[in-house]
Amino acid sequence: MEVIDGNFAIAEAIKQIGPDVVISYPQIPSILILESIASFIANGEMDSEFLNVDSDYSAMSACIGVAASGGRVFTATASQGLALMHETLFIASSLRLPIVMGITNRALAAPINFNADHSDSMAQRDSGWIQIFSENSQEAYDNIIQAFKIAENKDVRTPVMVGIDSTFAFNLHENVNVQTNDEILEFENKPDSNYSILDIENPKTVGSFCTPDYFFEHKINQNKGIESSRKVIKDVGREFGDRFNRYYGYFETYKLEDAEFAVILMSSAAGTAKKAVDEMRKKGEKVGLLKLRVFRPFPYKELGESLSNLKSIAVLDRVLTPGTYGGPLFIETMAALYSLEKRPLVYPYIYGLGGRDITLKHIEDIFDDIKKGFNNEKGNFEIKYINLRE
Amino acid sequence: MLKKWQDLEIGGINFNTRNSFKNVLKSLETGKKPEFNHEFCKNCFLCWVFCPDNAIIIENNMIKGINYDFCKGCGICVTECPVTGVHQPLYIKNDKSES
Amino acid sequence: MITLKELTNKEDLFVSGHGLCPGCGIPVILKLVLRATEYPIVISNATGCLQVASTEFPATSWKLNWIHSSLGNAASTISGIETMYRVLKKQGKLQTDTEIKFLAIVGDGGTNDIGLSSLSGAIERGHDFVYLCYDNQSYANSGGQRSSASPIGTSTSTTPTGKVLPGKLQYKKDITKIIAAHKLPYVAQTAPWNWEDLYTKAKKAFDIEGPAYLNVLNPCPKEWKIPSNKSIELTRIAADTCVWPLYEIEAGKNININYKPENKLPVTEWLKRQNRFKHLLNVENRWIVDEIQNVIDQNWKCLLKQEKRGINN
Repeated sequence: MEVIDGNFAIAEAIKQIGPDVVISYPQIPSILILESIASFIANGEMDSEFLNVDSDYSAMSACIGVAASGGRVFTATASQGLALMHETLFIASSLRLPIVMGITNRALAAPINFNADHSDSMAQRDSGWIQIFSENSQEAYDNIIQAFKIAENKDVRTPVMVGIDSTFAFNLHENVNVQTNDEILEFENKPDSNYSILDIENPKTVGSFCTPDYFFEHKINQNKGIESSRKVIKDVGREFGDRFNRYYGYFETYKLEDAEFAVILMSSAAGTAKKAVDEMRKKGEKVGLLKLRVFRPFPYKELGESLSNLKSIAVLDRVLTPGTYGGPLFIETMAALYSLEKRPLVYPYIYGLGGRDITLKHIEDIFDDIKKGFNNEKGNFEIKYINLRE
Repeated sequence: MLKKWQDLEIGGINFNTRNSFKNVLKSLETGKKPEFNHEFCKNCFLCWVFCPDNAIIIENNMIKGINYDFCKGCGICVTECPVTGVHQPLYIKNDKSES
Repeated sequence: MITLKELTNKEDLFVSGHGLCPGCGIPVILKLVLRATEYPIVISNATGCLQVASTEFPATSWKLNWIHSSLGNAASTISGIETMYRVLKKQGKLQTDTEIKFLAIVGDGGTNDIGLSSLSGAIERGHDFVYLCYDNQSYANSGGQRSSASPIGTSTSTTPTGKVLPGKLQYKKDITKIIAAHKLPYVAQTAPWNWEDLYTKAKKAFDIEGPAYLNVLNPCPKEWKIPSNKSIELTRIAADTCVWPLYEIEAGKNININYKPENKLPVTEWLKRQNRFKHLLNVENRWIVDEIQNVIDQNWKCLLKQEKRGINN
């Protein structure tokens, strides 16, 4: 057990995994992860090659180069940096390169802001990457370790981004269970890569030009990787639990079994939401929580099954997607539920933009809100903004 | 036969190499067809080095002719051939503009 | 000294059947560059004419390991590959006597504009690779738009000549000197007409340890608006007018001019042969031609001076 923050937890995981190359470009606050790794290397605690590059665009490009050479590579970024990588993220996933990237989820400008929200990761939700979100430092550590195993699986071969809210990453020190190096090495037995640009005996053309004759087939072939990850994510989460006694799936449910009303959200706000559920349960309210861990691939079947028996649910998005009816989590949840025979009423909420607080009281109000909505059988299905001055 | 999506390699990688030479291009139709007469050729290989389409055939260290499967008719070989005068190894038939 | 006969005996790593335009200079440049090392080459190719025309799936013209990522990142992609190569050697997974050469091939847009940061960073980090810029002075693959490598006065699709504008109004970036300012081991400017110069420089670039940069004038019949058979000849005229001097800079210090025209031609000889410059010969644009000639003369003088004194004096 170590008392560390989220950045250090991720750096610690990377030290134990020991990727061949770590690529670095400064973004706040993800650079703290990379600084820790740089000091591990400077002190001889790990011997990965550390490459300081000229932009986030170059960072992902260099990751592509390393991964296409059969190497294990890690980088970390946030916010504007992730946005600048956008083009290359699609290339990494299309070339089926098992890159792992840490994201300290942070708001996207303008205005510029250094605090937590999910607008950076959500803007990349269709980039073909597997997206895993962490509630706290422990989960960030665990998710990074699982991410390599998922990404490198022969059927998957798809890059993974692991998110942690920047607030947690920054300065919130917590107790984190850190496994021993041997335990991690045993867990991470890297399979051979399926191709390497350095394999000079077998020349190949990577990243061809493609006409309409083949483009569609290439994209569907690519999609097979992330679809295969559904099973692998589950298997890896179970194996991780069997070894280290912390189990992971697509999502975590909290007092949901007999609940009538629930809140759906991701990442750090789950801590507050669990407390709110506990408080309301004490008053006899049948409330629960579903914290989504894996946003891509979106576990629509399992999510639908878990939510179908509820009376009403509130979906809390920590991102504003201007011009849409609710955030991405809301939209995906609605889509997962719509074709079910039995389904709850679903209410869209937006919270926490640019690090805005969400408190126990806010969550209790949300539960009251959706309960009222259900009882009135009408309710207000317009988007509500939590803790916004108006 | 175009392949199905299931039959493509992971990442769309093309493990074939240099198979483009199977593409027989039709662009010569719009270009000017160069002719070769080995009698006057001094085998300087300038046509070979400047040909963008590797269409100059070489056998036993001698220029043997032009591969019209790949020649696009750009005319560089004729222009760059250093042998001038009436007897040219590379020329374009009935073309007054070239010399 | 290598002869063309010897070169013909080396294997073609880039073969026919590609879709490059008739008279394109890229395959000529490649023919020489790919023969300039005995070692296997791994290529990182930026988006552009070459990439599109040589890898139309399921066909490919390459007989070596080749990767394309995007337009502005060929240098950072190859730096990832080169780093992994060193890591594998360090880890003992590649024999220490294995030798692979790394080559980034990028057009002028990917070099002068969108990929400049990626290139500058890769050189600054000191990766052992060769960067080959084929400069056709426009974004030819997307239809001939202005790049910062298009010379002043060029009519391009985004700087067209019209009733009030004479084409591009800005000077071309002096990218060779910009790169040379990084003080890398080797920088050279060359053109395909002088095949021996091109080959020799490519060989030096491969042989030298650390980053090397080759700036090669690439004739583009389509965007220069010239007959396809004149493309190689025009690169020769570029040298004879001193529009495109052939020179090299070693270790950021010594500069060698590899071709000095006995009879330096006026720039009009270069301009009048290309329809992209045709409008410059009109009376009202006389001042632009004078201006261009002026700049060429100054640059040439400067080069000659630098050759004598060294680039830093």
